[in-house]
Amino acid sequence: MNIVVCVKQVPDSAAQLTVEGGNISWGEAPLVINPWDEYAVEAALQKAGDLGGNVTVISMGKADETEALKHSLAMGCNEAVLISDPALAGSDNVAAARVLAAAIAKVDDVGLVFFGKQAIDSDTGTLPAQVARVLGWPTLTLVSAIDELSADGIKVERAIEEGRQVVKSRLPAVVSVIKDYGEPRYPSFMGIRKAARATIPVWALGELGIEAPAPVVAWPEVMAPQQREIATELITGGSPAEIAATLADKIMAEKVL
Amino acid sequence: MNFGLTEEHRMAQKMVRDFSQKEVAPIIQEYDRKQEMAPFILPRMGELGILGICIPEKYGGQGMDYISLGLACEELEAVDTTLRVVMSVHTGLCSMTIWQWGTEEQKQKFLVPLARGEKVGAGAFTEPGAGSDFSNIQATAKRDGDDYILNGEKMWISLASKADFALVTVRTQKNAAKPSGGLTAFIVDLTTPGVTRGDIHGKLGVRAGSTGWINFQDARVPAANRIGEEGEGFKVTMSAFDNGRYTVAAGATGLIRAALEASTDYANERKAFGRPIGQHQLIQSKIAHMTLNYEAAQLLYLKAGWLKNQGVRNTKETSAAKWFATEKSFEAANEAIQIHGAYGFSDEYNVERYLRNARGAVIYEGSNEIQQLIQASYALGERKDKALRMEMPAYEESV
Ligand SMILES: Cc1cc2nc3c(=O)[nH]c(=O)nc-3n(C[C@H](O)[C@H](O)[C@H](O)COP(=O)(O)OP(=O)(O)OC[C@H]3O[C@@H](n4cnc5c(N)ncnc54)[C@H](O)[C@@H]3O)c2cc1C
Ligand SMILES: Cc1cc2nc3c(=O)[nH]c(=O)nc-3n(C[C@H](O)[C@H](O)[C@H](O)COP(=O)(O)OP(=O)(O)OC[C@H]3O[C@@H](n4cnc5c(N)ncnc54)[C@H](O)[C@@H]3O)c2cc1C
Repeated sequence: MNIVVCVKQVPDSAAQLTVEGGNISWGEAPLVINPWDEYAVEAALQKAGDLGGNVTVISMGKADETEALKHSLAMGCNEAVLISDPALAGSDNVAAARVLAAAIAKVDDVGLVFFGKQAIDSDTGTLPAQVARVLGWPTLTLVSAIDELSADGIKVERAIEEGRQVVKSRLPAVVSVIKDYGEPRYPSFMGIRKAARATIPVWALGELGIEAPAPVVAWPEVMAPQQREIATELITGGSPAEIAATLADKIMAEKVL
Repeated sequence: MNFGLTEEHRMAQKMVRDFSQKEVAPIIQEYDRKQEMAPFILPRMGELGILGICIPEKYGGQGMDYISLGLACEELEAVDTTLRVVMSVHTGLCSMTIWQWGTEEQKQKFLVPLARGEKVGAGAFTEPGAGSDFSNIQATAKRDGDDYILNGEKMWISLASKADFALVTVRTQKNAAKPSGGLTAFIVDLTTPGVTRGDIHGKLGVRAGSTGWINFQDARVPAANRIGEEGEGFKVTMSAFDNGRYTVAAGATGLIRAALEASTDYANERKAFGRPIGQHQLIQSKIAHMTLNYEAAQLLYLKAGWLKNQGVRNTKETSAAKWFATEKSFEAANEAIQIHGAYGFSDEYNVERYLRNARGAVIYEGSNEIQQLIQASYALGERKDKALRMEMPAYEESV
């Protein structure tokens, strides 16, 4: 069985966000693979052997947004596909989920689909569940460890507010992973050489055999939150106990507690 | 003419940056204070392929080009000079010289494990009595059947106590017409009986690295380990410097960048006379110089790297890049301390470490006085590159 990983290309986490006339801009910030998705790629690469198949990485985005895909190839993914079509401009999550599900359905014999926990730009964290819903497959979100995996099924640990939850599922299934899964590997130089030379196939809606899904969410107004004046003060000197006492006094004085 | 880096270059640059920033930056100050090399550095750089970055795949390397080697060195030294020193000696002085001058058998035996990072290499040329005046080294090798017997001492050798192999140049002929004609290079297994070595303590900089001495007392080295012919040791060593100096130049460029970044961060934050110090023109002047010198140093090493890719001799360009970048890195670190005021004088900030580290590079791999002599002798027509029996190969893309 094969594995698919979905990755998004996002502005670098150091990017400054501005809103002008209802349009969001990250300026000239470099575009990178969504940091959470590196964990998804890591999980996919580690688990490919268990299912005896390939790892295909898929991203939906603008025609030149191949950075995240190339990074994934350099980490070791076998195939990469960019889903891009001018008709997808302004897609919402429901639309993105339908498109990604159609793309996943085009890949042969998929046993598992990996997602990151959330994308650091639009940050909804809902896409994994939405894609699973469209595919009609079980979703295992916030996965911190995969304890068992074979063609017969998967057993994972989920990090939820109450603690750890162990869940079993049949395959195919959709999994979103969190940082606890383990540090993603760096791309290898061999992988980099391969990725830099790779031509990434682009699937437009025609190839997926679907129409642009109509968005169901509208953004009547987009604004930046009011900037708050934040003053930072570093308490230095003295023993840790003295520093703690000074901190406690300040917190009391500010009526925070 | 194309000044852009390729996608491959940018990805390699980011990979080395991620490694050094994530894994080394958080612990480097601790090891610098302890004056020890963090034990994970060499195995990790080997495992990630950094040590063999520009060695062809068929010799166990990663098959990237010479520019990638430079970019990697820039990223490594932007965190700490000791990381780049590893590249200078393991990759530049040792591995690349075997690649250039070694026989196919020697490449299989020594280059492959070095490129894979399974073995660590050093370059041992300097002696207690001769550094710049290299053709006057005193250590000797005498032929004895299928072996040579080595005697003498090498001093100020980076990774002396950590390396498995060293490229060692010694004297095989006492009264050669030209002293440089009596030298021969060997690749020596440092576990050979008669070889002892140790670390030098109390260094001003590269404290998180290893610098030491190697002593040879009747150490028996197989003649099969001779790199080049008898009498070719001087040329072999100068070839080693063409690559070692390149890594130093690229690394020093990274140090300028680190000093610049620390300076701009601090200058935007620290206030004096009612405004961030970065608004004062004398501080701006320092930052402007650092910016210019960073750009210029980078152009110089990239040009040398480009020549290497073409297989063109680059002794002059590499020497210029080394001279400029190391001089400007020391200047940048010094000015960065000035911008930090008293805080820069404390090891709470990185800039004092940058200064101590930058100081060494003005001396090693050919002091900057020697680089000036090289530049002048080319300009005055006293020096011309002659074809070598074994040239450094041009970059060949293997797919
Ligand atoms: C205002 C707006 C405009 C948009 N315009 C476009 C457009 O012009 N063209 C277009 O293609 N899409 C567009 N989109 C869709 C967008 O690319 C996202 O795919 C979608 O909104 C996902 O939401 P999120 O970022 O909150 O993801 P989350 O649900 O937070 O992401 C969870 C995980 O889903 C996966 N994932 C998220 N996005 C993608 C993706 N794009 N491809 C593959 N995997 C993904 C990653 O694994 C990620 O970790 C737009 C979305 C918004 C909100
Ligand atoms: C941290 C560190 C790491 C090192 N690592 C290595 C290594 O891995 N392998 C190795 O072989 N060596 C290594 N060295 C040694 C280094 O290469 C030498 O120190 C250097 O070549 C200078 O030699 P020297 O110290 O003997 O100084 P000398 O040659 O004695 O020079 C003393 C001074 O005189 C100047 N001078 C000499 N000749 C002239 C001239 N003709 N005209 C003008 N000025 C001149 C020099 O520039 C210098 O300022 C290392 C040194 C340091 C500090």
